[in-house]
Amino acid sequence: MSGDKKVIVEIKNINKFYGSTNQVVKDLNLEIYEGEFLTLLGPSGCGKTTTLRMIAGFEEPTSGSILIEGQNIENKEPFERNINTVFQSYALFPHMTIYDNIAYGLKMKKAKKDVIRTRVMEMLELVQLGGFEKRYPSQLSGGQKQRVAIARALINQPRVLLLDEPLGALDLKLRKQMQLELKRLQRKLNITFIYVTHDQEEALSMSDRIAILYNGVLEQVAQPWEIYEKPATKFVATFIGETNLFEGYVSEIKDNEVTAVIESGIIQGEGDTFELNEMIAVSVRPERMKYSLSPVEGFHLEGVVKEQVYVGSILKTIVMIGNGNEIRIERLAGESLPAEGTVYLYWESKDAKLIHTADHVFYQAIENIQMGREEPV
Amino acid sequence: MKQKMKKNSYGVVGKIYCSLIYAFLFLPIVVIVVNSFNATTSKPYLSWKGFTFDWYLKLFENEELLQSFQNTMIIAVCTTIMATIVGTLAAVGMYKYKFRGKSTIDALLYIPVVIPEIVLGISLLTLFAKISIPRGMFSLILAHTTFSIPYVIFNIRARLSRYDNSIEEASMDLGANRLKTFFNITLPVLAPGIAGGALLAFTLSIDDVIVSYFTNGQTMTLPLKVMESIKSGVSPDVNALSVLILIGTALLVVLTQSGILKGKKNM
Amino acid sequence: MNKRKLKSTVIPSSIMIGPVVLWLAFFIVIPLLYVFIMSFCSIDEYYNVVFKFTFTNYKGLLNSNYLYVYAQSLVIAFITTAACILLAYPFSFLIARTKSKKKTLLYMLVIIPFWTNSLIRIYGWRTFLGTNGWLNNLLQATHITNHAIEFLYNKGTTIFGMVYCLFPFMVLPLYTAIEKLDGSLLEASSDLGGRKAQTFIHVVLPLTASGIFSGSIMVFIPTLGYFFVSNILGGGNSDVIGNLIQRQFQSGNNWPLGAALSIVLIIITLLLVKLYQKCGGDIENLGV
Repeated sequence: MSGDKKVIVEIKNINKFYGSTNQVVKDLNLEIYEGEFLTLLGPSGCGKTTTLRMIAGFEEPTSGSILIEGQNIENKEPFERNINTVFQSYALFPHMTIYDNIAYGLKMKKAKKDVIRTRVMEMLELVQLGGFEKRYPSQLSGGQKQRVAIARALINQPRVLLLDEPLGALDLKLRKQMQLELKRLQRKLNITFIYVTHDQEEALSMSDRIAILYNGVLEQVAQPWEIYEKPATKFVATFIGETNLFEGYVSEIKDNEVTAVIESGIIQGEGDTFELNEMIAVSVRPERMKYSLSPVEGFHLEGVVKEQVYVGSILKTIVMIGNGNEIRIERLAGESLPAEGTVYLYWESKDAKLIHTADHVFYQAIENIQMGREEPV
Repeated sequence: MKQKMKKNSYGVVGKIYCSLIYAFLFLPIVVIVVNSFNATTSKPYLSWKGFTFDWYLKLFENEELLQSFQNTMIIAVCTTIMATIVGTLAAVGMYKYKFRGKSTIDALLYIPVVIPEIVLGISLLTLFAKISIPRGMFSLILAHTTFSIPYVIFNIRARLSRYDNSIEEASMDLGANRLKTFFNITLPVLAPGIAGGALLAFTLSIDDVIVSYFTNGQTMTLPLKVMESIKSGVSPDVNALSVLILIGTALLVVLTQSGILKGKKNM
Repeated sequence: MNKRKLKSTVIPSSIMIGPVVLWLAFFIVIPLLYVFIMSFCSIDEYYNVVFKFTFTNYKGLLNSNYLYVYAQSLVIAFITTAACILLAYPFSFLIARTKSKKKTLLYMLVIIPFWTNSLIRIYGWRTFLGTNGWLNNLLQATHITNHAIEFLYNKGTTIFGMVYCLFPFMVLPLYTAIEKLDGSLLEASSDLGGRKAQTFIHVVLPLTASGIFSGSIMVFIPTLGYFFVSNILGGGNSDVIGNLIQRQFQSGNNWPLGAALSIVLIIITLLLVKLYQKCGGDIENLGV
């Protein structure tokens, strides 16, 4: 889908340190395409806002470079970049009317008065705030302030719009509504949006692609469905939605078919990037987890139902297995598991996603114990 | 019923108490106002000799008095301008930037506020004497600016505690360079704090006795003129001038306060 | 990269911080250091300062007259502070807890008298309290007394003048502290059966203590230096440390001795501020 698209922002080997030891972004490489809605997603402190601020020019990378339309912007000040930002706190100028707030960007460009007037009115229409131009920010609600912030950032027709958790301060209902509006705006104007959020649902529903950051490292960049269905790392698998993870190692590879040994049995999966004896994790989503009342060939997952909770249309079940771990299962409501007696869990091999685990040492240690081997040097 | 009566009597006692305190605060002002209309012409101008407006006219013939008033005003205006510029830059700079020695600057700012004014006065006197800065208008302006700067900074800092730094980023993001951002955004948003600080510097300067006493040389300010004339009795034209100044200050404060309030409404 | 940093941080921060640093260094640090050095200097027969190290000035401080004035200053400052607390606390409480719109006006009325020069207001008191002043005239006209009473020129009137000058510095922090007091706390206390006195001692007083502390510092320390109040109202027998310093710094007098007296005053100030901080006081509350 993205192969033939033009790259508009290119982030190359960016590292960012605060002080000498606190590294918040680690060797980040990312290409952002023209007209796409890309979300930087991650828990707080993952480096997503810092990355956004480096693109805007409020902070400088410690090393590496950022290219916009092929041009290195290292030496450009924020006011020299054709990029605009929507701030989390809105950052509206409290001493100016809504009109003057929105007109600010054009005034700085020394545009003609009548041009400014027409453009401001257009922007007010665009964000559905016609008639509000004489008010002051303090007289607006949170949602209205947010629209003004967006209009103000869009008036200079930036090539890229940066949005830093723009809906964070709104209540749930308004947030849902604004999500739709933002998506509509982005399609209509065909501007590249780089959107920062910690809310995975927001990211999944709005983005063309999602870049997941964790501890300053880019874990995966992919389309929303891919992120959910084919998580590249253990972190992504657990951060996006719920999942059940099993540790193990690759015991056999035959073409695309991978066989792995995990603590509860031997499983089959698909993938072409795995090596023999590599440490892996297997992710099985709760809704893909199956159960039987009699033992299943190849699986050693037996346990008892610990808890069942109705959440509207689905039923969430927790099964405690032999080693004390909990496995999550989701079923449509009405399809409840037996409350007593042993259940045997299994899955189909297409539903098991094999994930490379970067933390070799840790899992090596587990495996050594399991296999009764000596500790490696 | 009993409860209510008790509450009322409590309120009445409170009102009487407050009135007495206000009487205590305002009684000397009443004395000044009354004496400014006293027709007496003989020192020490204490006994009441009838009502007259003369002093309000005669004060414009008293060259020395007018000169001291003019000096006071020039010093106050210069002090206000200098203290406001240095103080505003410092308050914003200390808010925005991290640097070594910041806590030292902070501690030094409290010295003029906490130590008795007389210590500041004599220390500046010894400095001016040592490096031969002539004592007069110039040294008075330097001295007044010194004790005014901290108050300006503290006033602006109170405003900065509610300041959102991202509005400056937003301004730069929209194409304004640092200088434009400072004048378009930073200054207007902080204006009420800056105006409050400037007003304080102005009133501190026109009222200062102790620091001026040591750093004035031959130059007379109005408070020093009053001090000089106390031995022989303060003449009613000084009272008349004081009344005019009080009215002037009140007008100034009402104007700036209503400006500040108007500004606050939109913040 | 460095060029941008220069433009974005180094130059703007130097322009903003530079002036205040230079100003403080030149007009606060250097003068105070110079006073400290001078306190160890000698004088020649024409009372000129000579840079010859000596302890004479500090030995001179132990003169019994000076010791008497230190003690007297501290007593005057203490009584002034106590009087200010007692007068200002109920007053501040009443105006800070007024619910009407007049609250701002009531507060402003405390400050307005200070727009008139303090000297002339002190002189106003002298006019009012003098032997042929308003009060004596009134007392004689109403035949309460038949001869003029001398109210002026004693320690009492000096303290009276000090209280008058410094009263607002006690009201302002008290007002701020009391205004912050949450009304529901008082209700909660009385709800729990606390009587008025108990509520006051256990709830109100601890919560407004910070205001009392900063007010006390802002009254006590200036009192030690307000020489003009005792000059006008004290009649020469109620000197504070400020009077001693003032006399030494009038032209032709012993500046090094005055410097040593100032160092004593600085040390007292520092000790009081330390004590204030030990009581949990925040130096920031001493500002405006």
